[in-house]
Amino acid sequence: MLKQYSFEKTAVQTFDDSVSLALKTDNLQVFYGANHAMHDANLEFPKNQITALIGASGSGKSTYLRSLNRMNDGIATVTGKIWYHGVDINEPDVNIYEIRRHIGMVFQRPNPFAKSIRENIVYALKANGIKGKDELASRVEKSLKGAALWDEVKDNLEKSALSLSGGQQQRLCIARSIAMEPDVLLLDEPCSALDSISTVKVEETLLELQKKYSIIIVTHNMQQASRVSSQCAFFHLGHVMEYTPTATMFSNPQIPVTQDYIAGSFG
Amino acid sequence: MEQTNFQLKKQDVQSNEWSARLHHATRATREDWLGRGISYLCIGVIILVVASMLWFITSKGLATFTQNHVNVWQFLTGTNWSPDTGHIGAAPMIVGSFAVTFAAAIVATPFAVGTAIFMTEISPNKGRKLLQPVIELLVGIPSVVYGFIGLAVVVPFMRHLVGGSGFGIISATFVLFVMVLPTITSMTVDSLRAVPRHYKEASLALGATRWQTVSRVILRSATPGILTAIIFGMARAFGEALAVQMVIGNAAVMPKNLISAASTLTSQLTSGIGDTIDGTLPNNALWSLALILLLMSLFFNALVRVIAKRGQLKHER
Repeated sequence: MLKQYSFEKTAVQTFDDSVSLALKTDNLQVFYGANHAMHDANLEFPKNQITALIGASGSGKSTYLRSLNRMNDGIATVTGKIWYHGVDINEPDVNIYEIRRHIGMVFQRPNPFAKSIRENIVYALKANGIKGKDELASRVEKSLKGAALWDEVKDNLEKSALSLSGGQQQRLCIARSIAMEPDVLLLDEPCSALDSISTVKVEETLLELQKKYSIIIVTHNMQQASRVSSQCAFFHLGHVMEYTPTATMFSNPQIPVTQDYIAGSFG
Repeated sequence: MEQTNFQLKKQDVQSNEWSARLHHATRATREDWLGRGISYLCIGVIILVVASMLWFITSKGLATFTQNHVNVWQFLTGTNWSPDTGHIGAAPMIVGSFAVTFAAAIVATPFAVGTAIFMTEISPNKGRKLLQPVIELLVGIPSVVYGFIGLAVVVPFMRHLVGGSGFGIISATFVLFVMVLPTITSMTVDSLRAVPRHYKEASLALGATRWQTVSRVILRSATPGILTAIIFGMARAFGEALAVQMVIGNAAVMPKNLISAASTLTSQLTSGIGDTIDGTLPNNALWSLALILLLMSLFFNALVRVIAKRGQLKHER
Protein backbone atom coordinates (compact mmCIF):
# COMPACT_ATOMS: atom_id res chain seq x y z
CA MET A 1 0.00 0.00 0.00
CA LEU A 2 1.42 3.34 -1.09
CA LYS A 3 1.80 5.80 1.75
CA GLN A 4 -0.11 9.07 1.54
CA TYR A 5 2.19 12.02 1.11
CA SER A 6 1.17 15.64 1.38
CA PHE A 7 1.28 17.49 -1.93
CA GLU A 8 1.57 20.76 0.01
CA LYS A 9 5.13 20.23 1.06
CA THR A 10 7.39 20.52 -1.96
CA ALA A 11 10.99 21.59 -2.53
CA VAL A 12 11.33 23.17 -5.96
CA GLN A 13 14.37 25.25 -6.81
CA THR A 14 14.39 28.35 -8.99
CA PHE A 15 17.38 29.99 -10.59
CA ASP A 16 18.53 33.58 -10.25
CA ASP A 17 19.10 35.88 -13.19
CA SER A 18 22.70 34.77 -13.72
CA VAL A 19 21.51 31.41 -15.08
CA SER A 20 20.14 31.50 -18.59
CA LEU A 21 17.15 29.27 -19.07
CA ALA A 22 16.26 27.14 -22.05
CA LEU A 23 12.69 26.54 -21.03
CA LYS A 24 10.40 27.32 -18.14
CA THR A 25 6.85 26.36 -17.26
CA ASP A 26 4.39 28.27 -15.12
CA ASN A 27 1.50 26.37 -13.57
CA LEU A 28 1.48 23.79 -16.31
CA GLN A 29 -1.51 21.50 -15.94
CA VAL A 30 -2.55 18.58 -18.10
CA PHE A 31 -5.97 16.98 -18.30
CA TYR A 32 -6.92 13.82 -20.14
CA GLY A 33 -10.64 14.49 -20.27
CA ALA A 34 -11.68 14.52 -16.64
CA ASN A 35 -8.43 12.98 -15.49
CA HIS A 36 -6.14 15.62 -14.00
CA ALA A 37 -2.77 14.15 -14.94
CA MET A 38 -0.45 17.04 -14.09
CA HIS A 39 -0.88 19.67 -11.39
CA ASP A 40 0.80 23.08 -11.45
CA ALA A 41 4.28 22.24 -12.66
CA ASN A 42 6.65 25.17 -12.18
CA LEU A 43 10.04 24.17 -13.49
CA GLU A 44 12.99 26.05 -14.92
CA PHE A 45 15.44 24.33 -17.21
CA PRO A 46 18.94 25.85 -17.41
CA LYS A 47 20.67 26.04 -20.77
CA ASN A 48 23.26 23.45 -21.81
CA GLN A 49 22.54 21.15 -18.93
CA ILE A 50 20.84 17.81 -18.67
CA THR A 51 17.76 17.84 -16.49
CA ALA A 52 16.32 14.50 -15.47
CA LEU A 53 12.65 13.96 -14.68
CA ILE A 54 12.26 10.96 -12.40
CA GLY A 55 9.35 9.30 -10.66
CA ALA A 56 7.29 6.14 -10.64
CA SER A 57 5.04 5.04 -13.50
CA GLY A 58 2.00 7.25 -13.76
CA SER A 59 3.70 10.16 -12.01
CA GLY A 60 3.08 12.41 -15.01
CA LYS A 61 6.68 12.91 -16.08
CA SER A 62 6.16 11.76 -19.65
CA THR A 63 2.92 13.67 -19.89
CA TYR A 64 4.74 16.78 -18.76
CA LEU A 65 7.58 16.23 -21.23
CA ARG A 66 5.24 15.69 -24.16
CA SER A 67 3.51 18.97 -23.38
CA LEU A 68 6.74 20.91 -23.81
CA ASN A 69 6.82 20.57 -27.60
CA ARG A 70 3.05 20.40 -27.93
CA MET A 71 2.97 16.68 -28.70
CA ASN A 72 -0.08 16.49 -26.45
CA ASP A 73 -2.07 18.66 -28.86
CA GLY A 74 -5.25 16.82 -29.71
CA ILE A 75 -4.61 14.22 -27.02
CA ALA A 76 -4.81 16.19 -23.80
CA THR A 77 -5.72 19.67 -22.59
CA VAL A 78 -2.67 21.60 -21.44
CA THR A 79 -3.08 24.84 -19.51
CA GLY A 80 -0.49 27.19 -18.07
CA LYS A 81 2.51 28.80 -19.70
CA ILE A 82 5.60 27.38 -21.36
CA TRP A 83 8.23 30.07 -21.77
CA TYR A 84 10.74 29.67 -24.56
CA HIS A 85 12.86 32.63 -25.65
CA GLY A 86 10.38 34.89 -23.88
CA VAL A 87 7.38 33.52 -25.79
CA ASP A 88 4.57 31.49 -24.27
CA ILE A 89 4.54 28.55 -26.69
CA ASN A 90 1.42 27.09 -25.14
CA GLU A 91 -0.64 29.78 -26.89
CA PRO A 92 -2.96 28.31 -29.51
CA ASP A 93 -1.74 30.64 -32.27
CA VAL A 94 1.87 29.52 -32.01
CA ASN A 95 3.18 27.55 -35.00
CA ILE A 96 3.61 24.07 -33.57
CA TYR A 97 5.75 22.91 -36.48
CA GLU A 98 8.25 25.69 -35.79
CA ILE A 99 8.26 24.72 -32.09
CA ARG A 100 9.04 21.11 -32.87
CA ARG A 101 11.89 22.17 -35.14
CA HIS A 102 13.47 23.91 -32.17
CA ILE A 103 12.43 21.51 -29.45
CA GLY A 104 13.22 18.03 -30.69
CA MET A 105 11.99 14.81 -29.19
CA VAL A 106 13.21 11.23 -28.89
CA PHE A 107 10.80 8.54 -27.81
CA GLN A 108 10.87 5.56 -25.52
CA ARG A 109 10.94 2.93 -28.23
CA PRO A 110 13.39 3.57 -31.05
CA ASN A 111 11.12 4.59 -33.90
CA PRO A 112 13.07 5.02 -37.11
CA PHE A 113 11.01 5.04 -40.30
CA ALA A 114 11.18 1.98 -42.55
CA LYS A 115 13.55 3.88 -44.80
CA SER A 116 17.30 3.98 -45.23
CA ILE A 117 19.53 5.49 -42.56
CA ARG A 118 20.16 8.52 -44.74
CA GLU A 119 16.50 9.00 -45.62
CA ASN A 120 15.57 8.91 -41.95
CA ILE A 121 17.64 12.01 -41.35
CA VAL A 122 16.89 13.73 -44.64
CA TYR A 123 13.14 13.30 -44.13
CA ALA A 124 12.80 16.04 -41.55
CA LEU A 125 15.23 18.33 -43.32
CA LYS A 126 13.28 18.06 -46.55
CA ALA A 127 10.01 18.48 -44.69
CA ASN A 128 11.38 21.78 -43.44
CA GLY A 129 12.45 22.98 -46.84
CA ILE A 130 16.16 22.27 -46.60
CA LYS A 131 17.38 21.24 -50.04
CA GLY A 132 20.63 20.90 -51.91
CA LYS A 133 22.61 17.70 -52.09
CA ASP A 134 25.71 19.06 -50.37
CA GLU A 135 23.79 20.71 -47.57
CA LEU A 136 21.82 17.52 -46.91
CA ALA A 137 24.92 15.31 -47.04
CA SER A 138 26.83 17.50 -44.63
CA ARG A 139 23.88 17.65 -42.24
CA VAL A 140 23.57 13.86 -42.33
CA GLU A 141 27.24 13.45 -41.49
CA LYS A 142 27.21 16.12 -38.82
CA SER A 143 24.17 14.76 -37.04
CA LEU A 144 25.35 11.15 -37.19
CA LYS A 145 28.68 12.26 -35.74
CA GLY A 146 26.82 14.21 -33.08
CA ALA A 147 24.92 11.09 -32.12
CA ALA A 148 28.15 9.03 -32.14
CA LEU A 149 26.79 6.77 -34.86
CA TRP A 150 28.83 7.92 -37.85
CA ASP A 151 31.69 5.47 -37.50
CA GLU A 152 29.31 2.54 -37.28
CA VAL A 153 27.13 3.38 -40.28
CA LYS A 154 29.11 5.66 -42.59
CA ASP A 155 29.61 2.88 -45.17
CA ASN A 156 25.99 1.75 -45.04
CA LEU A 157 23.95 4.91 -45.21
CA GLU A 158 21.58 3.35 -47.74
CA LYS A 159 20.84 0.35 -45.56
CA SER A 160 17.42 0.11 -43.94
CA ALA A 161 17.35 1.78 -40.54
CA LEU A 162 15.46 -1.22 -39.24
CA SER A 163 18.54 -3.39 -39.75
CA LEU A 164 20.36 -1.50 -36.97
CA SER A 165 20.47 -2.70 -33.39
CA GLY A 166 18.14 -1.12 -30.85
CA GLY A 167 20.86 1.13 -29.47
CA GLN A 168 21.93 2.21 -32.94
CA GLN A 169 18.32 2.89 -33.87
CA GLN A 170 17.91 5.09 -30.82
CA ARG A 171 21.06 7.02 -31.65
CA LEU A 172 19.73 7.37 -35.19
CA CYS A 173 16.59 8.89 -33.71
CA ILE A 174 18.76 11.30 -31.74
CA ALA A 175 20.71 12.10 -34.92
CA ARG A 176 17.44 12.67 -36.74
CA SER A 177 16.38 15.16 -34.07
CA ILE A 178 19.64 17.07 -33.91
CA ALA A 179 19.85 17.27 -37.70
CA MET A 180 17.23 19.99 -37.32
CA GLU A 181 19.68 21.85 -35.08
CA PRO A 182 17.20 22.37 -32.25
CA ASP A 183 17.94 24.22 -28.98
CA VAL A 184 16.25 21.75 -26.72
CA LEU A 185 16.15 17.98 -26.88
CA LEU A 186 13.43 16.11 -25.05
CA LEU A 187 14.02 12.43 -24.38
CA ASP A 188 11.26 10.18 -23.10
CA GLU A 189 12.92 7.19 -21.41
CA PRO A 190 15.29 6.76 -24.34
CA CYS A 191 17.07 3.75 -22.87
CA SER A 192 14.22 1.74 -21.45
CA ALA A 193 14.14 -0.57 -24.48
CA LEU A 194 17.92 -0.91 -24.69
CA ASP A 195 20.49 -3.27 -23.21
CA SER A 196 23.16 -1.96 -20.88
CA ILE A 197 25.91 -1.56 -23.48
CA SER A 198 23.66 0.43 -25.78
CA THR A 199 22.53 2.45 -22.79
CA VAL A 200 26.10 3.44 -21.96
CA LYS A 201 26.59 4.61 -25.55
CA VAL A 202 23.44 6.69 -25.54
CA GLU A 203 24.39 8.22 -22.19
CA GLU A 204 27.87 9.10 -23.44
CA THR A 205 26.24 10.70 -26.45
CA LEU A 206 23.97 12.78 -24.24
CA LEU A 207 26.84 13.99 -22.07
CA GLU A 208 28.59 15.11 -25.25
CA LEU A 209 25.45 16.73 -26.66
CA GLN A 210 24.80 18.93 -23.63
CA LYS A 211 27.59 21.22 -24.78
CA LYS A 212 25.37 22.29 -27.64
CA TYR A 213 21.85 21.47 -26.51
CA SER A 214 19.70 21.78 -23.45
CA ILE A 215 18.44 18.33 -22.65
CA ILE A 216 15.45 17.19 -20.65
CA ILE A 217 15.29 13.45 -20.11
CA VAL A 218 12.58 11.38 -18.52
CA THR A 219 13.96 8.26 -16.94
CA HIS A 220 12.75 5.38 -14.89
CA ASN A 221 16.24 4.61 -13.83
CA MET A 222 17.60 6.56 -10.86
CA GLN A 223 21.16 5.47 -11.56
CA GLN A 224 20.85 6.86 -15.04
CA ALA A 225 19.58 10.17 -13.69
CA SER A 226 22.52 10.38 -11.30
CA ARG A 227 24.99 9.46 -14.07
CA VAL A 228 23.91 11.96 -16.70
CA SER A 229 21.94 14.83 -15.22
CA SER A 230 22.94 18.01 -13.41
CA GLN A 231 19.41 18.92 -12.32
CA CYS A 232 16.78 16.49 -11.23
CA ALA A 233 13.03 16.81 -10.74
CA PHE A 234 11.01 14.23 -8.87
CA PHE A 235 7.39 13.70 -9.93
CA HIS A 236 4.78 11.95 -7.82
CA LEU A 237 1.17 11.26 -8.84
CA GLY A 238 1.00 14.27 -11.14
CA HIS A 239 2.82 16.69 -8.85
CA VAL A 240 6.36 18.03 -9.01
CA MET A 241 7.54 17.28 -5.47
CA GLU A 242 11.19 18.19 -5.52
CA TYR A 243 13.57 19.89 -7.94
CA THR A 244 17.21 20.24 -6.96
CA PRO A 245 20.70 19.71 -8.35
CA THR A 246 21.08 15.98 -8.97
CA ALA A 247 23.84 15.56 -6.38
CA THR A 248 21.58 17.03 -3.72
CA MET A 249 18.63 14.93 -4.77
CA PHE A 250 20.49 11.69 -4.31
CA SER A 251 22.57 12.57 -1.25
CA ASN A 252 20.21 14.78 0.65
CA PRO A 253 16.57 14.62 -0.51
CA GLN A 254 14.55 17.36 1.13
CA ILE A 255 11.11 15.89 1.70
CA PRO A 256 9.82 12.50 2.89
CA VAL A 257 8.33 11.34 -0.41
CA THR A 258 11.60 11.87 -2.27
CA GLN A 259 13.55 10.23 0.52
CA ASP A 260 11.34 7.16 0.31
CA TYR A 261 11.54 7.03 -3.48
CA ILE A 262 15.32 7.39 -3.53
CA ALA A 263 15.57 4.75 -0.81
CA GLY A 264 13.51 2.43 -2.99
CA SER A 265 10.41 2.15 -0.81
CA PHE A 266 8.16 2.44 -3.86
CA GLY A 267 8.37 3.00 -7.58
CA MET B 1 32.74 -39.64 -8.23
CA GLU B 2 31.53 -43.17 -8.12
CA GLN B 3 28.60 -43.83 -10.32
CA THR B 4 25.62 -45.36 -8.69
CA ASN B 5 24.65 -48.39 -10.61
CA PHE B 6 21.02 -48.96 -10.07
CA GLN B 7 18.93 -51.50 -11.82
CA LEU B 8 15.35 -51.13 -12.81
CA LYS B 9 13.14 -53.74 -11.36
CA LYS B 10 11.43 -55.87 -13.89
CA GLN B 11 7.95 -54.86 -12.86
CA ASP B 12 8.85 -51.20 -13.44
CA VAL B 13 9.72 -51.90 -17.04
CA GLN B 14 6.82 -54.09 -17.92
CA SER B 15 3.82 -53.27 -15.85
CA ASN B 16 0.75 -54.52 -17.63
CA GLU B 17 -1.47 -52.72 -15.26
CA TRP B 18 0.10 -49.34 -15.91
CA SER B 19 0.39 -50.00 -19.57
CA ALA B 20 -3.33 -50.60 -19.83
CA ARG B 21 -4.13 -47.61 -17.67
CA LEU B 22 -2.01 -45.26 -19.78
CA HIS B 23 -3.17 -46.55 -23.12
CA HIS B 24 -6.89 -46.98 -22.82
CA ALA B 25 -9.21 -44.46 -24.43
CA THR B 26 -11.05 -42.01 -22.21
CA ARG B 27 -13.66 -39.39 -22.93
CA ALA B 28 -10.88 -36.89 -23.48
CA THR B 29 -9.15 -38.91 -26.18
CA ARG B 30 -12.44 -39.73 -27.86
CA GLU B 31 -13.33 -36.04 -27.96
CA ASP B 32 -9.96 -35.42 -29.60
CA TRP B 33 -10.66 -37.99 -32.27
CA LEU B 34 -14.16 -36.70 -32.90
CA GLY B 35 -13.00 -33.09 -33.19
CA ARG B 36 -10.18 -34.01 -35.49
CA GLY B 37 -12.53 -36.14 -37.57
CA ILE B 38 -15.06 -33.33 -38.03
CA SER B 39 -12.34 -30.86 -39.01
CA TYR B 40 -10.84 -33.24 -41.55
CA LEU B 41 -14.26 -33.98 -42.97
CA CYS B 42 -15.04 -30.27 -43.46
CA ILE B 43 -11.67 -29.56 -45.00
CA GLY B 44 -12.04 -32.61 -47.20
CA VAL B 45 -15.41 -31.47 -48.52
CA ILE B 46 -14.10 -27.98 -49.25
CA ILE B 47 -11.01 -29.28 -50.99
CA LEU B 48 -13.16 -31.65 -53.02
CA VAL B 49 -15.52 -28.86 -54.09
CA VAL B 50 -12.69 -26.49 -55.03
CA ALA B 51 -10.73 -29.16 -56.83
CA SER B 52 -13.71 -30.40 -58.79
CA MET B 53 -14.62 -26.84 -59.75
CA LEU B 54 -11.11 -26.20 -60.97
CA TRP B 55 -11.07 -29.48 -62.86
CA PHE B 56 -14.54 -28.92 -64.32
CA ILE B 57 -13.89 -25.41 -65.54
CA THR B 58 -10.47 -26.29 -66.84
CA SER B 59 -11.55 -29.39 -68.70
CA LYS B 60 -14.64 -27.72 -70.12
CA GLY B 61 -12.73 -24.57 -70.94
CA LEU B 62 -9.99 -26.47 -72.71
CA ALA B 63 -12.50 -28.46 -74.77
CA THR B 64 -12.74 -25.54 -77.17
CA PHE B 65 -9.11 -26.04 -78.03
CA THR B 66 -8.88 -29.82 -77.77
CA GLN B 67 -12.20 -30.93 -79.29
CA ASN B 68 -13.17 -28.02 -81.50
CA HIS B 69 -9.54 -27.39 -82.46
CA VAL B 70 -9.69 -23.66 -82.06
CA ASN B 71 -6.31 -22.01 -82.02
CA VAL B 72 -5.58 -20.54 -78.58
CA TRP B 73 -3.96 -17.48 -80.06
CA GLN B 74 -6.93 -16.89 -82.34
CA PHE B 75 -9.24 -17.27 -79.39
CA LEU B 76 -7.36 -14.67 -77.36
CA THR B 77 -6.79 -12.15 -80.15
CA GLY B 78 -9.68 -12.72 -82.53
CA THR B 79 -12.21 -9.90 -82.61
CA ASN B 80 -15.12 -11.74 -84.17
CA TRP B 81 -17.40 -13.37 -81.62
CA SER B 82 -20.18 -15.30 -83.33
CA PRO B 83 -19.99 -18.84 -81.96
CA ASP B 84 -22.90 -20.02 -84.08
CA THR B 85 -20.86 -19.50 -87.22
CA GLY B 86 -17.74 -20.91 -85.60
CA HIS B 87 -15.96 -17.63 -85.01
CA ILE B 88 -14.87 -17.29 -81.42
CA GLY B 89 -12.53 -14.37 -80.93
CA ALA B 90 -12.67 -13.41 -77.26
CA ALA B 91 -10.62 -10.24 -77.54
CA PRO B 92 -13.62 -7.88 -77.35
CA MET B 93 -14.68 -9.37 -74.02
CA ILE B 94 -11.14 -9.49 -72.66
CA VAL B 95 -10.58 -5.88 -73.61
CA GLY B 96 -13.98 -4.92 -72.21
CA SER B 97 -13.31 -6.63 -68.90
CA PHE B 98 -9.90 -5.04 -68.49
CA ALA B 99 -11.16 -1.64 -69.62
CA VAL B 100 -13.98 -1.43 -67.10
CA THR B 101 -11.80 -2.93 -64.34
CA PHE B 102 -8.91 -0.54 -64.75
CA ALA B 103 -11.12 2.46 -65.36
CA ALA B 104 -13.16 1.72 -62.23
CA ALA B 105 -10.01 1.20 -60.15
CA ILE B 106 -8.38 4.38 -61.45
CA VAL B 107 -11.46 6.45 -60.73
CA ALA B 108 -12.20 4.84 -57.36
CA THR B 109 -8.71 4.83 -55.84
CA PRO B 110 -8.29 8.59 -55.23
CA PHE B 111 -11.76 8.78 -53.69
CA ALA B 112 -11.13 5.71 -51.57
CA VAL B 113 -7.73 6.83 -50.31
CA GLY B 114 -9.04 10.32 -49.63
CA THR B 115 -11.99 8.95 -47.69
CA ALA B 116 -9.73 6.57 -45.78
CA ILE B 117 -7.35 9.38 -44.81
CA PHE B 118 -10.30 11.43 -43.62
CA MET B 119 -11.57 8.51 -41.57
CA THR B 120 -8.26 7.70 -39.92
CA GLU B 121 -6.26 10.91 -39.73
CA ILE B 122 -8.50 13.92 -40.10
CA SER B 123 -11.67 12.99 -38.29
CA PRO B 124 -11.38 9.56 -36.69
CA ASN B 125 -14.51 10.06 -34.61
CA LYS B 126 -16.81 11.00 -37.44
CA GLY B 127 -15.09 8.34 -39.50
CA ARG B 128 -15.96 5.61 -37.07
CA LYS B 129 -19.45 6.75 -36.22
CA LEU B 130 -20.68 8.05 -39.57
CA LEU B 131 -18.64 6.81 -42.51
CA GLN B 132 -17.89 3.28 -41.33
CA PRO B 133 -21.58 2.24 -41.27
CA VAL B 134 -22.19 3.94 -44.61
CA ILE B 135 -19.36 2.01 -46.21
CA GLU B 136 -20.47 -1.26 -44.66
CA LEU B 137 -23.93 -0.56 -46.02
CA LEU B 138 -22.54 0.02 -49.51
CA VAL B 139 -20.73 -3.32 -49.38
CA GLY B 140 -23.95 -5.09 -48.48
CA ILE B 141 -26.15 -3.71 -51.28
CA PRO B 142 -26.83 -6.52 -53.80
CA SER B 143 -25.31 -5.98 -57.21
CA VAL B 144 -28.65 -6.14 -58.94
CA VAL B 145 -29.62 -2.97 -57.09
CA TYR B 146 -26.50 -1.23 -58.32
CA GLY B 147 -27.26 -2.44 -61.81
CA PHE B 148 -30.83 -1.26 -61.58
CA ILE B 149 -29.78 2.20 -60.43
CA GLY B 150 -27.23 2.21 -63.23
CA LEU B 151 -29.93 1.30 -65.71
CA ALA B 152 -32.45 3.78 -64.38
CA VAL B 153 -30.15 6.72 -63.64
CA VAL B 154 -26.65 6.40 -65.10
CA VAL B 155 -27.58 5.16 -68.56
CA PRO B 156 -30.16 7.91 -69.25
CA PHE B 157 -27.74 10.46 -67.81
CA MET B 158 -24.96 9.33 -70.12
CA ARG B 159 -27.36 9.25 -73.06
CA HIS B 160 -28.26 12.82 -72.27
CA LEU B 161 -24.66 13.88 -71.65
CA VAL B 162 -22.75 12.30 -74.51
CA GLY B 163 -25.44 10.97 -76.81
CA GLY B 164 -25.74 7.46 -78.18
CA SER B 165 -27.63 4.78 -76.35
CA GLY B 166 -26.07 5.49 -72.97
CA PHE B 167 -25.13 1.85 -72.62
CA GLY B 168 -21.40 1.31 -72.69
CA ILE B 169 -18.06 1.15 -70.98
CA ILE B 170 -18.41 4.52 -69.29
CA SER B 171 -21.74 3.59 -67.66
CA ALA B 172 -20.27 0.28 -66.53
CA THR B 173 -17.23 2.07 -65.17
CA PHE B 174 -19.43 4.41 -63.19
CA VAL B 175 -21.48 1.59 -61.68
CA LEU B 176 -18.36 -0.43 -60.87
CA PHE B 177 -16.72 2.64 -59.36
CA VAL B 178 -19.50 2.87 -56.81
CA MET B 179 -19.33 -0.88 -56.22
CA VAL B 180 -15.58 -1.14 -55.62
CA LEU B 181 -15.32 2.12 -53.68
CA PRO B 182 -16.37 0.60 -50.34
CA THR B 183 -14.08 -2.40 -50.83
CA ILE B 184 -11.03 -0.28 -51.53
CA THR B 185 -11.94 2.27 -48.86
CA SER B 186 -12.46 -0.15 -46.02
CA MET B 187 -9.30 -2.11 -46.79
CA THR B 188 -7.32 1.12 -47.10
CA VAL B 189 -8.69 2.22 -43.75
CA ASP B 190 -7.47 -1.04 -42.24
CA SER B 191 -4.00 -0.62 -43.66
CA LEU B 192 -3.79 3.03 -42.53
CA ARG B 193 -4.87 2.04 -39.02
CA ALA B 194 -2.17 -0.61 -39.02
CA VAL B 195 0.59 1.96 -39.53
CA PRO B 196 2.43 2.03 -36.20
CA ARG B 197 1.50 5.08 -34.15
CA HIS B 198 5.14 5.79 -33.47
CA TYR B 199 5.83 6.58 -37.12
CA LYS B 200 3.32 9.38 -36.93
CA GLU B 201 4.68 10.65 -33.63
CA ALA B 202 8.25 10.53 -34.88
CA SER B 203 7.32 12.54 -37.92
CA LEU B 204 5.32 15.14 -36.00
CA ALA B 205 8.07 15.49 -33.39
CA LEU B 206 10.48 16.37 -36.18
CA GLY B 207 8.34 19.34 -37.10
CA ALA B 208 6.72 17.77 -40.12
CA THR B 209 3.22 19.01 -40.91
CA ARG B 210 0.18 16.81 -40.91
CA TRP B 211 0.17 16.77 -44.71
CA GLN B 212 3.85 15.78 -44.83
CA THR B 213 3.29 13.13 -42.22
CA VAL B 214 0.32 11.64 -44.06
CA SER B 215 1.82 11.78 -47.52
CA ARG B 216 5.39 10.77 -46.81
CA VAL B 217 5.19 8.51 -43.80
CA ILE B 218 1.72 7.09 -43.31
CA LEU B 219 0.72 6.55 -46.93
CA ARG B 220 4.13 5.26 -47.77
CA SER B 221 4.21 2.68 -45.06
CA ALA B 222 0.63 1.67 -45.91
CA THR B 223 1.39 1.32 -49.63
CA PRO B 224 1.43 -2.51 -49.73
CA GLY B 225 -1.94 -2.54 -47.96
CA ILE B 226 -3.38 0.06 -50.29
CA LEU B 227 -2.18 -1.84 -53.35
CA THR B 228 -3.79 -4.96 -51.96
CA ALA B 229 -7.01 -3.01 -51.47
CA ILE B 230 -6.92 -1.81 -55.07
CA ILE B 231 -6.33 -5.32 -56.36
CA PHE B 232 -9.23 -6.68 -54.32
CA GLY B 233 -11.35 -3.89 -55.76
CA MET B 234 -10.19 -4.83 -59.26
CA ALA B 235 -10.92 -8.48 -58.62
CA ARG B 236 -14.43 -7.55 -57.61
CA ALA B 237 -14.87 -5.36 -60.67
CA PHE B 238 -13.44 -8.04 -62.95
CA GLY B 239 -15.79 -10.67 -61.58
CA GLU B 240 -18.95 -8.54 -61.40
CA ALA B 241 -21.49 -9.85 -63.88
CA LEU B 242 -25.02 -8.74 -63.24
CA ALA B 243 -24.67 -5.01 -62.69
CA VAL B 244 -22.27 -4.69 -65.61
CA GLN B 245 -24.50 -6.70 -67.90
CA MET B 246 -27.39 -4.33 -67.14
CA VAL B 247 -25.55 -1.21 -68.28
CA ILE B 248 -22.79 -2.12 -70.72
CA GLY B 249 -24.94 -2.86 -73.77
CA ASN B 250 -23.72 -6.42 -74.36
CA ALA B 251 -22.38 -6.01 -77.86
CA ALA B 252 -19.63 -8.54 -78.43
CA VAL B 253 -17.62 -6.19 -80.58
CA MET B 254 -14.33 -4.50 -80.01
CA PRO B 255 -15.09 -1.28 -78.09
CA LYS B 256 -14.08 1.76 -80.11
CA ASN B 257 -14.42 4.35 -77.37
CA LEU B 258 -15.71 4.76 -73.86
CA ILE B 259 -19.31 5.35 -74.88
CA SER B 260 -19.64 2.49 -77.30
CA ALA B 261 -21.61 -0.55 -76.20
CA ALA B 262 -19.35 -3.44 -75.27
CA SER B 263 -19.35 -6.62 -73.24
CA THR B 264 -17.16 -8.25 -70.62
CA LEU B 265 -16.24 -11.86 -69.99
CA THR B 266 -18.81 -12.05 -67.23
CA SER B 267 -21.62 -10.29 -69.06
CA GLN B 268 -21.10 -12.50 -72.08
CA LEU B 269 -21.21 -15.56 -69.88
CA THR B 270 -24.44 -14.65 -68.11
CA SER B 271 -26.21 -13.51 -71.23
CA GLY B 272 -25.03 -16.40 -73.39
CA ILE B 273 -25.12 -19.44 -71.15
CA GLY B 274 -28.85 -20.05 -71.47
CA ASP B 275 -28.83 -20.12 -75.26
CA THR B 276 -26.25 -22.82 -75.88
CA ILE B 277 -26.32 -26.58 -75.96
CA ASP B 278 -23.98 -28.57 -73.80
CA GLY B 279 -21.02 -29.99 -75.68
CA THR B 280 -21.28 -27.71 -78.70
CA LEU B 281 -18.74 -25.07 -79.69
CA PRO B 282 -20.83 -22.09 -78.50
CA ASN B 283 -21.14 -23.73 -75.10
CA ASN B 284 -17.49 -24.70 -74.88
CA ALA B 285 -16.47 -21.19 -75.89
CA LEU B 286 -18.33 -19.80 -72.91
CA TRP B 287 -16.47 -22.23 -70.67
CA SER B 288 -13.26 -20.91 -72.11
CA LEU B 289 -14.33 -17.43 -71.06
CA ALA B 290 -14.94 -18.80 -67.57
CA LEU B 291 -11.48 -20.31 -67.62
CA ILE B 292 -9.97 -16.90 -68.37
CA LEU B 293 -11.94 -15.46 -65.44
CA LEU B 294 -10.65 -18.21 -63.18
CA LEU B 295 -7.06 -17.67 -64.26
CA MET B 296 -7.41 -13.94 -63.70
CA SER B 297 -8.73 -14.39 -60.19
CA LEU B 298 -5.83 -16.74 -59.46
CA PHE B 299 -3.54 -14.04 -60.82
CA PHE B 300 -5.09 -11.37 -58.59
CA ASN B 301 -4.68 -13.66 -55.60
CA ALA B 302 -1.06 -14.36 -56.40
CA LEU B 303 -0.42 -10.64 -56.82
CA VAL B 304 -1.88 -9.91 -53.39
CA ARG B 305 0.40 -12.53 -51.88
CA VAL B 306 3.49 -11.16 -53.57
CA ILE B 307 2.71 -7.64 -52.38
CA ALA B 308 2.04 -8.80 -48.83
CA LYS B 309 5.34 -10.64 -48.78
CA ARG B 310 7.25 -7.67 -50.09
CA GLY B 311 5.63 -5.37 -47.56
CA GLN B 312 6.63 -7.75 -44.79
CA LEU B 313 10.22 -7.92 -45.99
CA LYS B 314 10.44 -4.17 -46.00
CA HIS B 315 9.42 -4.01 -42.37
CA GLU B 316 11.66 -6.82 -41.22
CA ARG B 317 14.82 -5.84 -42.99
